[in-house]
Amino acid sequence: MNLINVRVALASLLVMMLPLFAGAVEPDEILDDPVLEQRARVISADVRCVVCQNESIDTSNAGIARDLRILVRERLVAGDTNDEVFEYLVARYGDFVLLRPPWKAETYLLWLTPFAIMGIGGLSIAWMLLKLRSKNAASRNRLSDEEEIALGDILNNETKGTNS
Amino acid sequence: MKRFLLFVPFVIAVAIGGFSLWGLRADRDPSSIPSMLISKPAPQFDLPSVAGVSVPGFATSDLAGSGGPILVNVFASWCVPCKAEHAVLTRFAEVNNVTLYGINYKDLPEAASAWLDNLGNPYDRIGSDYDGRAGIEWGISGVPETFIVNNDGIVTYRHVGPILGQKSQNQVLEALREAGLSGENS
Repeated sequence: MNLINVRVALASLLVMMLPLFAGAVEPDEILDDPVLEQRARVISADVRCVVCQNESIDTSNAGIARDLRILVRERLVAGDTNDEVFEYLVARYGDFVLLRPPWKAETYLLWLTPFAIMGIGGLSIAWMLLKLRSKNAASRNRLSDEEEIALGDILNNETKGTNS
Repeated sequence: MKRFLLFVPFVIAVAIGGFSLWGLRADRDPSSIPSMLISKPAPQFDLPSVAGVSVPGFATSDLAGSGGPILVNVFASWCVPCKAEHAVLTRFAEVNNVTLYGINYKDLPEAASAWLDNLGNPYDRIGSDYDGRAGIEWGISGVPETFIVNNDGIVTYRHVGPILGQKSQNQVLEALREAGLSGENS
């Protein structure tokens, strides 16, 4: 294959992948301090946009998502920890605003169900395998001596029969 | 023990089926967001009046102690459902003697005052929330949204979207009466 073609293909693939890394953050929102900005991006990725609902505010173009992004950055500049920023948002919008549900009494079922189902499945498989093994063990009974002799006779007769 | 195990798939199927039925209920709105404010004091804010509009702005302290519940409506001139809702709010204010406060959300003062000149102003007070910060304090997800604040300054009800249709209107009026609305002309 032509090397140039490969390069063109790779380059266009890279260009096509660019949107995957794009947030909705606009230049005027970005903080001067790269450390704070990075924290803001991390927080924004876990905050639900209340209008679009299944998008984080980091990727949403909605007006209120922009307001919340700016708010997150203001709280960080004011010296809030990441947890304090989340608490601030939860106080206004509830747990709904978090894309990662918190671990508390109302969400035990949500967090534990997958493990429970995996446990039930694993136990069922283990139980089935155990049953299968005991069945095999039962059928592995050896023939008695008389049966062995009888079997030998049958086999001998067979081979003689086919040879003659 | 074996007999009991036979029922396990049945029990699991019933549990999953029950959950699905619950999820498919016609009156369940999976996109509705529970409000954090219900039974809590109204959030802190202080909004100036809208330039060119005669009624004053308001702050958190203006919500309590007026002698009855206050209907706080978040609206904007650029919001089309707000225009549809406007007639209902006007009727609430005129017929039911509802005290109506407006939060003018992210709106240009000129646009808002022109809108009110055109449609009429049923609001007793209107605060200008130009940067949308008070809207976030109220936890709104869009416009219009309407809250009921009782005489103690406690939020008792939230309506997301325009108050249109008999069902929504009755629900809001019922909630207003529960919050202590009196003196209706009916």
